[in-house]
Amino acid sequence: MSRDKSKLLYAETHEWVDVSDEGGQKIATIGISDFAIEQLNDLVYMDLPEVGKTFDSGEEFGEVESVKAVSPLYCPVAGEIVEVHADLPDNLDGLNDDPYDFGWVIKIKVSDDSGLASLMDYPTYQKQCAESA
Amino acid sequence: MKGYLFHTDDDRREMLRSIGAESIDEIIDGQVPQALQMQRPLDLPPAADEMSLEAELRSLAAKNCSVASHICFMGAGAYDHFIPAVVDEMASRGEYYTSYTPYQAEVSQGNLQVMFEYETMVSQISGLDVSNASLYDGGSAATEAVLMALASVKKRHKVVTSDAVHPQYLEILRSYLVGIEAELVVVESDESGCSDPLIDAIDDETACVLIQHPNFFGRLEQVQKIADTAHEKGALVIQSFDPISVGLLKRPGDLGVDIAVAEGQSLGNPLAYGGPYLGIIACRKELMRRMPGRIAGQTIDRRGNRCWVLTLQTREQHIRREKATSNICSNQTLLALRATVYLSLLGPQGLKETAEHCVVKANLARDRFAASERFELVHSGPVFKEFLVRDREADVTGLMRRAAAEGVLAGVPVSDVAEGACGGRYDDCFLVAVTEKRTETELDRLMAVLDAAQVADSVHLAETV
Repeated sequence: MSRDKSKLLYAETHEWVDVSDEGGQKIATIGISDFAIEQLNDLVYMDLPEVGKTFDSGEEFGEVESVKAVSPLYCPVAGEIVEVHADLPDNLDGLNDDPYDFGWVIKIKVSDDSGLASLMDYPTYQKQCAESA
Repeated sequence: MKGYLFHTDDDRREMLRSIGAESIDEIIDGQVPQALQMQRPLDLPPAADEMSLEAELRSLAAKNCSVASHICFMGAGAYDHFIPAVVDEMASRGEYYTSYTPYQAEVSQGNLQVMFEYETMVSQISGLDVSNASLYDGGSAATEAVLMALASVKKRHKVVTSDAVHPQYLEILRSYLVGIEAELVVVESDESGCSDPLIDAIDDETACVLIQHPNFFGRLEQVQKIADTAHEKGALVIQSFDPISVGLLKRPGDLGVDIAVAEGQSLGNPLAYGGPYLGIIACRKELMRRMPGRIAGQTIDRRGNRCWVLTLQTREQHIRREKATSNICSNQTLLALRATVYLSLLGPQGLKETAEHCVVKANLARDRFAASERFELVHSGPVFKEFLVRDREADVTGLMRRAAAEGVLAGVPVSDVAEGACGGRYDDCFLVAVTEKRTETELDRLMAVLDAAQVADSVHLAETV
């Protein structure tokens, strides 16, 4: 299955969110947008949280490092981490090439929907990127 | 004074004219309120000619006690170890001695290689994966390690340590922790001079445990046991170690320690009136990105030649900004070079022999104190090169002063190390350090001088009665 980036939700801090319903429980898959990855340029390191940790919406859950900079990763929705893409830090080229499918970062069991409402749809996010580029 | 100032009166007039001021005083009056200005000349003697100045400085210098003029049994964190002549010879080469910020790969290959060799040796003596290019000294290294642990262990703020860690290290730690979300718990060591009681203080909120082994009293800690407990609770373990001691003792990395720090003065660096010294730090690979300071790495250039560069700089404040573990962006290259040359000259066998000499001689000295009437050993059980002695007469400072007058630096009073060191429990005690340099004759001299001081004491008492 491949994700259509135009159907995803986006945070101002460039994380994408794909919400699915699994047995009545909202699961949010979170990654980093292709725009952000392009801006970061040449990723070298990624620090990810452990499964079971809980985060508020807007809280920092990890960081990604390029040759020249370090960027925090912010959790777009509140919830508990149910899965972490553990192979990703060792395959940062894969994140570069395919940020929406192979490049997913964490999956979160959403505990509070309110964070979702403040996320942007793709056209709005595109506009934000165009303004900052 | 004109002879020492490089601006001529003409230069000054020229500068004043270009900024439109009449005099230097006018500039100062415009900026500094009168109340804050000193209204008299500096209280200095008249200028001296070079001959009399040199004579005066020589007479002042002659008043210093040094390991060249005195027999040194002082330690407490800085030690009189042997320094092979080659160390001075290498370190005094201009390329090393006068280099400034020697980090640019294009012009500093020699210095960067030294840093890389130093890091390699630190990894070898600590038994850990990564070392940086050095920090300021053993005390600040211990603190940097704590900050590193606090940054690595998320959502925990408790730092557990004991009063068997060097009191000055604890003072540095307290200073650094001001304004940081951290709770420092300093557990009292037990009657054997060990930190076992801190095991009970390690809980689920503990970010890290800081121990020293051999500790401030020269005693050996149960590092493995403490490390196992800490790891069960999810805390990191920091050990301040004596780099000479790993000639005999297990290395920090072999005992389950996560971050090792040390004072590198012992490795080919002179006592030098208390500094500059050398801060050693090494850690496990998983913590590498939290390592403070500069790290030199080895790579290949465009043409495939081996070369050296600063690496992993995203850890540092010029990139990670306020999230950096530390704001140190410097190191002690010259002292690190000395340590590297020293270790390369000794090799593993030489380090082992040096450590053996320390243990054997320290224990000989210990026996002498145990047999004396005036003194008692505070702790029983093994020590590495230093031990704590109680003066039954409780006149430690006077005793040390009289011994120094006889040419022997007999030890370091605990109360001199830091205010309120060890809660005042050892204010009637002093530390005696015995390195491989000490001889049986010097030990005889130490005991004789302390005996003579005792005699002087009783004479002094008789006079006052």
